[in-house]
Amino acid sequence: MRINGVEIEDTFAEAFKMWGTRLIITAINRQWAQTAAQATTGFATSGIGCGCEAGIERELPPEETPDGRPGISVLFFVTSRKQMEKQLLLRVGQGVMTCPTTACYSGLSAEEHVDVGGKLRYFGDGFQSSKRLEGRRLWRIPVMEGEFLIDERFGIQKAVGGGNFLILGKSVETALAAAEAAVAAMREVEGVVMPFPGGIVRSGSKVGSRYKFLTASTNTAYCPTLRGQVESALPEGVNAVLEIVVNGLTEDAVREAMRVGIEAACRSGIMRISAGNYGGTLGQYQIPLRELWQ
Amino acid sequence: MSATIVRLKASITLPVEAESLSPDRFAGLRQEEVAALPILYGRRWLTLGDLFEVEGDGSEEIVLEGDLRHVKRIGQRMSRGRINVHGDVGMHLGAEMRGGEIIVHGNVDAWAGAQMAGGLLRVHGNAGPMLGAAYPGETRGMRGGVILVEGDAGPRAGERMRRGLIVVRGNLGAFAGVRMIAGSIVVFGTLGARAGAGMKRGTIVALGGLTDGLLPTFRYACAYRPTFLCFYLRRLRGWGLPVTPEQIEGVFHRYTGDITTLGKGEILVYDQRERAI
Repeated sequence: MRINGVEIEDTFAEAFKMWGTRLIITAINRQWAQTAAQATTGFATSGIGCGCEAGIERELPPEETPDGRPGISVLFFVTSRKQMEKQLLLRVGQGVMTCPTTACYSGLSAEEHVDVGGKLRYFGDGFQSSKRLEGRRLWRIPVMEGEFLIDERFGIQKAVGGGNFLILGKSVETALAAAEAAVAAMREVEGVVMPFPGGIVRSGSKVGSRYKFLTASTNTAYCPTLRGQVESALPEGVNAVLEIVVNGLTEDAVREAMRVGIEAACRSGIMRISAGNYGGTLGQYQIPLRELWQ
Repeated sequence: MSATIVRLKASITLPVEAESLSPDRFAGLRQEEVAALPILYGRRWLTLGDLFEVEGDGSEEIVLEGDLRHVKRIGQRMSRGRINVHGDVGMHLGAEMRGGEIIVHGNVDAWAGAQMAGGLLRVHGNAGPMLGAAYPGETRGMRGGVILVEGDAGPRAGERMRRGLIVVRGNLGAFAGVRMIAGSIVVFGTLGARAGAGMKRGTIVALGGLTDGLLPTFRYACAYRPTFLCFYLRRLRGWGLPVTPEQIEGVFHRYTGDITTLGKGEILVYDQRERAI
């Protein structure tokens, strides 16, 4: 199968069950909402190394936010409910509450919840107060600039993490341009984030290492500099590989993001699109690349 | 299911206690069973059919018509459904209601929504005294739900209120939120004298100024933009109330009190001179 002359390898992406949530961060203007969103989702590229995977989903115009101010929606993904509460407490407490003029709302209507505002409220030292309207409880925490407003509970739902594809290019320039185009297209899909820097990963990994203290190490089969030293997965002419990892609130959202991303990445200078997997032994989801267009 | 229409046959002067005028009581009954429901007329027990014409079988939607100023306790303790009232209504409308909606196209007398725990009570006219208040001897007044009054409301609205929201589009009488425990009162007109006397917690929002200043037991805190009010006022606009963008983004003066009690209540007074950024 080829798209724009680029080969789509007959392989699959292996993805995992996760828990996901959406936060809506608002502020006095777009700049401060963006600042808080970046701080909160910073250093959240992998669940193993960072405790969670997170990213900015999209900007929200004032008419779409609960308080009518400019906002940003961000998505978080973790492996357990307990971890979700822990990460949100840390990240909202340090990244949003500290940021001037912000407020933080649950952006997901779900049956399951984690308690965030209900625990952060203790920062108010007894002067916190709550407001309940139509079943929704908001906490007002006094801060030096006014009040920090936060939902008591945040909806969480089962989600999918680790959707991915690999872009095999003739050069780093062509691979990077294709990856940038892919990420731009994928950002238009609702309910997904690409948690790595700029949405792109260069240090893809394989399971295991020759060192006992490491559980994962560099993906040697896709490192062009090791072509002569290991069993390489790279066809002749490929000199750079970039990966895009996508997490989504639903499997359909992940599949749609992968589809539009791959279509955008299939351009001049790209030789093949592949995907990362573990032979189907680790992940609960298998997403065959060629089935994305069926 | 179509609505059950209940129409007063003739004007009355004696008080009528009509707790049975409730969707909970009507649901599932045939027309003759609805007409046989008991009501207290003065000191005599009658049936609904003695005083009212009933059209249709019992349903969770009731339409009431006629001069109901002497008819009390309509929708008391109701938990579901809807009552539409065309005309003025007597005391205790929706008292202790737990759910559902009551819409009144007229005025309501005292104690409307008293000790209400849930649901929506919307009055397109004026409300009498003790709106959403606690009955004498009770420790808690309104404890949930929403009351919207398009006109004015009398004194002691929200007395001992524990939770919920009271919104008055017109002016609010004296002693609003007296001994309030928590919850929110928003008034678009002027806020009456001695508001929040003895309040422990809770919020009173004055969008149209004060009639007679605040009690000396309230202390000035600051001028700021409460984010939660942006959330609340947008919701009120969704209910059709005349919230302006300037109010949503506006500056409010915060007073805390009543320091004769816990002192964690607040009165937020909209500063009509300050323009939003």
